[in-house]
Amino acid sequence: MIEARSLSKRFHDKKRGEICAVENVSFTCRPGSIYGLLGANGAGKTTTLRMLATILEPSDGTALVFGHDIVEHPEKVRSSVGFLSTATALYPRLTAEEMVEYFGRLNGLDEATLKKRIDDIFDRLDMNSFRDRRCDKLSTGMKQKTSIARTLVHDPPVMIFDEPTLGLDIMAARTIVAFIRECRQAGKTVILSTHVMSEVEKLCDVIGVIHNGSLLAEGTPTRLREEYQEKDLEEIFVKIVTAHVAPHAGVEVS
Amino acid sequence: MSARNIGIVYRKELLEALRDRRTLISTILVPILLFPILTVGVGFVIADLIEKADREPARIMILGGTDSPAIVSSLAKSKNLIVVSGPANYVDLISNKKIRAAVEIPPGLQSGAGTDFAPVKIYMSSGDLKSTTAAKRIEDFFNDYRDNLARNRLTVQKLPASFLKPFVIKQQNVVSAEKVAGETVGGIITYLVIIMCLTGAMYPAMDLTAGEKERATMETILSSPISRTHLVLGKFLLVLTASLVTAALSVTSMGVSSWVIQHFQDQSSGSTMHIKIGLGAVLAVFLVALPLAVMFSAALLTIALFAKSYKEAQSYISPLMIVVVVPAIAAMLPGIELTPRLSLVPILNVSLLCKDLIAGNYHWNSIALIFLSTCLYGGAAIFIAVKMFHRESVLFRS
Repeated sequence: MIEARSLSKRFHDKKRGEICAVENVSFTCRPGSIYGLLGANGAGKTTTLRMLATILEPSDGTALVFGHDIVEHPEKVRSSVGFLSTATALYPRLTAEEMVEYFGRLNGLDEATLKKRIDDIFDRLDMNSFRDRRCDKLSTGMKQKTSIARTLVHDPPVMIFDEPTLGLDIMAARTIVAFIRECRQAGKTVILSTHVMSEVEKLCDVIGVIHNGSLLAEGTPTRLREEYQEKDLEEIFVKIVTAHVAPHAGVEVS
Repeated sequence: MSARNIGIVYRKELLEALRDRRTLISTILVPILLFPILTVGVGFVIADLIEKADREPARIMILGGTDSPAIVSSLAKSKNLIVVSGPANYVDLISNKKIRAAVEIPPGLQSGAGTDFAPVKIYMSSGDLKSTTAAKRIEDFFNDYRDNLARNRLTVQKLPASFLKPFVIKQQNVVSAEKVAGETVGGIITYLVIIMCLTGAMYPAMDLTAGEKERATMETILSSPISRTHLVLGKFLLVLTASLVTAALSVTSMGVSSWVIQHFQDQSSGSTMHIKIGLGAVLAVFLVALPLAVMFSAALLTIALFAKSYKEAQSYISPLMIVVVVPAIAAMLPGIELTPRLSLVPILNVSLLCKDLIAGNYHWNSIALIFLSTCLYGGAAIFIAVKMFHRESVLFRS
């Protein structure tokens, strides 16, 4: 479960002064469902997810991730979260196995449990053929699988995906999409940021539309279609965003 | 748990460093090869050049000397001197290296009539090794001639040879071999240790901070449960290891190079070098340099963390070399002694203390003051590094 409570994040820019990247955002993501944070570039998606993953500290507000407060207990939150984005690359000089081992150890797994979990994940993701290959020698698909294995090694109950398919080819993107579905089936709480409508259609149980740092609309795809009298999610997104006159523009810091 | 996490980060960083060609070159290969190349290699090349210049006959010109045929004749027969005749534009000829030196023999030198104080002038090019060698040969010839002349005159006057030299002057070193080492090579060793502590830490510090940002692995590690304090301490320990390994390898390499040079010198000249550096002194130098390496490692980590890329980090860190070189080089300058005030100046204090330690001078008050103050600076640098790792504006600078 993720409960964001009035999350806000302000940055200071030398030229532009204070910038409000996320303002007063609240939402709830439930276990066994996928919450899609939908927004254009710079809308505040990455900043919101980084706050939930405790990589950034909120300026105001807080969130509970698997029952842990992101401000009070950030390390417990990170132990409960698997965070995957295009900005979470692999260490090029480690092998795929060493990479996953490293994160397993950092998550406090003992050696016996770690070995068992790695064997299990590598079998499940069909990674044994490149287990001992250095990450800088892996193909994009292999890298994606290794990143997935890295996020899964401690079996986190919450998964955070920040534009996980950005820049990937179709096959690599399909691997990710399949993995996100598996996470839902496994009963994990999943939050996903994207601006790709097809991904939203395929994956999301609940959609939150974020623009200029504010959450403008929220609901299941069916509810949003009914409310805005539109079948096409892209049209719904445009309607929501254009209807909103932003009194204070926000900029996402990535 | 905290020590375990720091250890996990350290082991992973070490593994990556050992697989990185650039780190291996800067931490291991350069310090091992630098001194043999600089000392043995360059030393042998210089020695070879000097030997060649010594063996090669030099073309010289005699100016005057028409009334001293015996002297001219003897000079012409001297070993490794070829007398050429020609126009008297000896300045141009020496400048253009057509001849290496010219000697002007004053009138009446051979007969000795009224020429007791007339100078024998040798013209040469002081920047040219072959010219100075030729001038030395001419000077040796005339010294011998003068000594023979003086001996003959004493014999005629029935005076003993000691008449001209009633006593001899002899210099003798009375300080220990360690003190000689401290004054001569102590400054160089100290400079080496300080500079290598810095250069050894440079590349890993950039790789572990700006390099992580550039490779987009910073966000990956920040999403793991490890605290940022443990993360920076693990990284810091790796940078410190690299710093100390580089310094240790440099000093070992320098020691071996010096031994090789000394060995060859002893074989060729039969002399023994009166320099001794004890292992204890070297270890003491390392002990004092340890907090300095701590300070360098933490400071470099902090500075490099501000950069978004490896290249940007290089531009921040390169000027630091000048800041360190100046106080480090001060130990090699004569006349700068350790005072209570200088004991608090970072880098310079360690530099001067190390020189003292190699010389065998253990002033415990200074040692304690410098060690503690450097520990304090090192601790402050670690504190700042940890603080910087907690600042979002530094980690996610765009």
